[in-house]
Order: sequence, then C-alpha cells, then structure tokens
Amino acid sequence: MKDFNFRVKSKKLNNILIQTILYLTICFLCILFAFPLFWMISTAFKPNEQIFAEPPIWIPKPLTFENFKNAWSTLPFSLFLKNTVIITITATIGIILSSSLVGFAFAYLEWPGRDVWFVIMLSTMMLPAQVTMIPVFIIFTKLGWVNTFKPLIVPAYFGGGAFYIFLLRQFFLTIPRELFDSASIDGCSTLDIFIRIAIPLVKPALSAVAIFSFMGHWNDFMGPLIYLRSTEKYTLSLGINMFRGYEGITMWGELMAVSLVAAIPCLVIFFIAQKYFIQGITLTGLKG
Amino acid sequence: MKDKKKSLKVKKAVEGYLFASPWIIGFFIFTAGPMIASLLLSFCKYDVLTTLEWVGVGNYKQMFNTDLFWKALYNTLYWVILGVPLRQAMALLLALLTNQKIKGKPLFRTIFYVPSVVSGVALAMLWVWLFEPSIGLINTMLRTLGIKNPPLWLGSEEWAKPALIIMSLWGVGQGMVIYLAGLQDIPIQLYEAAEIDGAGVWHKFWKITIPLLTPSIFFNLIMGIIGSFQVFTQAYVMTRGGPAYSTYFYVLYIYDEGFQYMHMGYASALAWILFLIILFFTLLQLRSSRRWVVYERL
Repeated sequence: MKDFNFRVKSKKLNNILIQTILYLTICFLCILFAFPLFWMISTAFKPNEQIFAEPPIWIPKPLTFENFKNAWSTLPFSLFLKNTVIITITATIGIILSSSLVGFAFAYLEWPGRDVWFVIMLSTMMLPAQVTMIPVFIIFTKLGWVNTFKPLIVPAYFGGGAFYIFLLRQFFLTIPRELFDSASIDGCSTLDIFIRIAIPLVKPALSAVAIFSFMGHWNDFMGPLIYLRSTEKYTLSLGINMFRGYEGITMWGELMAVSLVAAIPCLVIFFIAQKYFIQGITLTGLKG
Repeated sequence: MKDKKKSLKVKKAVEGYLFASPWIIGFFIFTAGPMIASLLLSFCKYDVLTTLEWVGVGNYKQMFNTDLFWKALYNTLYWVILGVPLRQAMALLLALLTNQKIKGKPLFRTIFYVPSVVSGVALAMLWVWLFEPSIGLINTMLRTLGIKNPPLWLGSEEWAKPALIIMSLWGVGQGMVIYLAGLQDIPIQLYEAAEIDGAGVWHKFWKITIPLLTPSIFFNLIMGIIGSFQVFTQAYVMTRGGPAYSTYFYVLYIYDEGFQYMHMGYASALAWILFLIILFFTLLQLRSSRRWVVYERL
C-alpha cells in the first residue's frame, strides 16, 4: 500500500514536471513568435533617436506619428494604398463569382468530361506560374495592357485558380443532394438553385475564399512588379520596395511604418474571420 | 420518352459546361495555350520587339553551360532541401504543443498563427530590419548574450540563405493548422489502448501519432516543395539575390532573363526546366507515398 502511494505521488510529481516544461517551452516559443511583429509596431511609432538606442527601447516614449508623416511626404503612399485596394477588391470579386460557378459545376452538375476536367484542374496546381508567365506577359503586351491594372484583375474572372475552385467544390459537396433535387422537381432552374440554395449555404466557404484572395492580391509582389511601370500605378508592395532604396540611408522607422500599414488589413481580417480561415485551410488540406 | 431523356441529358451537359466555362476558357487562354507557347518559345530567340528566331536546343545548351544557372539551381535546392523539412518540423512541433491538455490553447494557437498572416514585402522589410547587422534586434540580442561577432546575416555570403530559412520558420501557421486538424482526427481510444498495454509517450508518438499523421505530412510536403521552388519575393526584396549571388534563386534568374533582359526564349527554357524539376519531385513523392502514407483508418 505504501509502495502504491509512493508510485502515485511520483507519477503526480512527474506530471507536474512535464506540465511545467510544456508551459515553459510554449511560452518561450510564444515570445519568439510574437516578438517580430511587436518590434515592427514598436519601431513604427518610435522617435528616430530611440530607434538607434542600445540597449533597445521596447516601448516608444513618447509615441510618435512622425515616421508615418515622413513616409507619406516622401512617396504618395495614399495613392499606392488606393491602387492596392482597387486591384484587390475587383480581383477578389472576380474570384468569388467565377470560382463559385465552377466549383458548383464540379460538385453537382453532371456533364460529360467532368471528371477529366477535374483532374486537369487539380494538376494545374502543380504547374509553376513561371511556365505560363512569359506567354501571358506577351499576350498582355500585345493587348497594350502593360502598366494598367487589367493583367492583375482580368485573370481572376476566369475561374480564379484551382485552389479556390477546389475549396468551394469541397464545401458544395457537404450540402445534402436531396435539397437540390427537390428544388429541381419544384421547377427551379439550375441557376435558381445555385443562387437561392447553394450560395447561401456555402457562405462560410465564400468568406474563406474572399479572405485568401484578398491576402493573396494585397501582398502580391511579382504581378505588380512585372506589369506596373509608372509610379502612379504602383501598389503598396512596390511602393514599399521603392521606398527602401529611396534614401541613401535606410529610414527604419519610416520603413516599419509603411510595412505596418501594409500588414494591418491582413491582421484585422484575420482577427475578425479567424474561424473561416481555419476552416478553409483544413478542408482543402485533408479531405482532398 | 426516350427523346425527353436525351434532351434532358443535353440540357444538363450544356448547363455544366456553361457553369464551368469561366475556368475552361481561362484554362485555354492562361494555362494550356501559354504552356504550349512557352514550350515553343524555349526553342526560339525572342525579345517581343523583333521577330522570332528558331534556335533549336540552343537555349538549353546555353543554360547548361552557364555558371549562373547552376548557382541558382544550387541555391534553390539548398532552400528546398533544408527549408521544407525544418518548416515541417516547426509546424508539427507547434501543432503538438498546442494540442496538449493545457490552458489557453486558443491564445497560443493564435500567437503561432498570426505571423503567417503577414507576408510579402511587409514581412521582408520587417526581417531586413531584424537582421540588420549593427543595430538590428537579433544581433543586439546575440551581443547581449555574449556573442562578440554575430553573423552579418543578409550581408554575408555564408549566412544569407540560413537567414532566409530562419525567417521562413516564423510563418508556418498554415502547416500547423493542417497538422492540428490531423491530430484531432486521431481517435483517443488508440492512445488509451496503447496506455493499457503500457506504451510510453515516445512509443505512442512514433507508433500512433506519426503514422496517422502521414496524410497531413504528405500534403504539407507536396505543397511545401512546389511552393519553395518558386521562392522569389523575399530574395528579390531583401537581398536582390546577393551578396555574391548567394540568395540568387531560380525564379530570380527567370525574372531577370525574361523581364530585365527580355530574353523571352531563354527564360521560357528556364521555366520549363523548373517545371520538370518540380514534376520530378512531386511524382517521386506520389510514387513513394504508397510505402509511407497510412490511409487506412484503424
């Protein structure tokens, strides 16, 4: 009996030890993961002389908006912001519209060749964009679309990419088929069924698609780099990149200020729509 | 009756193709057409302004005789072979830690995920600042810890690639989420049964967790490798391929040849070789998956 008590005790002690190590590891990693972002925010609001202080000053005192003002007076960041918003929103609308139509076709409609097309669509995910990039660039050049937003927006209206179509198809498949069949017997057209029944039921998935598309376009660098030539057409990404090489010495405070402005919409969206985010990732990742 | 059935079938086919038409048309304009065009271009000399000139395998020959091609390929393989497994390990570690019976799980998961929301140029600039050799936070910390001559990171040929890999470890949130979903799919009864049989933590991890997680590992590996071969933005923004071409990755080479020098034919040849390499790695994984991915539910 005594022996048994001792064993239970030692097991308990062991558990406490494991728990402590666990918490310590997690907390240590949390600090590592949270710190860079914290440092970005801290630098963005720091007066210049505090940026260069050693040992580092964690929390700026006083908080200053000087860095933002300086950045804005050096380059037209409001214009970059506007351009980015226009491209991101119009492209995202295109992706939602077209990928939901196509996803529905792959999930519910019966058409000859559907399964073959589905395999082709999935395999395009393996195709690196660089293979098609050059001919697509030549097409847009011949159309005179270089230095316009069109090359960054128009492709979104043509299916929007295999990833989004696949994600929506997976969601459409979770809707019980009988719902559509009974609507069809009641005389609803396929378009009616799509708009009135299917779309409202996959709103969470559409949110996920909207979020991913928003972030993808918002942060896109290579597309704008290839197609946008004059400064007044620049997106935030190109503007920040230009800003870095602008002055002889790098202005860290200003650079972090504009980077923060670029990061904030994505952070805000993440915190608002965390649920959809996670759903979107797990659904495409596992049930494929 | 038969006619009616037939017309319904035709109607269904038309509807199906109508709904799928945005993607099917897009597939021909933006994928299939350009693929064929770039394959043909890869055997030509073309700079958009002058006419096309057939050069046969000239571009490929030139490529294999160019040191920069091999350098870019080496850098990219380094990035893929070292970066992908390290990121997977990190993602798995975070998933395992936040899947334990602990308090504050949602908070920890959020903290680990948030960095991967920040991407592109903003992320690159943040890390340029962190890696700054003299006043950057990382080296300031290292000096405080007693390391007198911390690496120059992005300024050193030796440390630039590792620096980019370290940075990428910070954005493994998506992988973590996929692993978490995989972990939550493992039936608890399996662990309970193993405990009754006297299995320890280590044993349970290797005999239950890892095998049942192989579908997630497989998915993350495939996507990770495809994505990693296309690394561009970080290197372009942070180092522009330097110092001394140490972070000059394959897609930077394609970009420079295609869009800086307008060598459209040569760049297309480069792109096709990249495609073949990615295809090779993907097929290799698909082939081998039969041997190591556990699909059966126990």
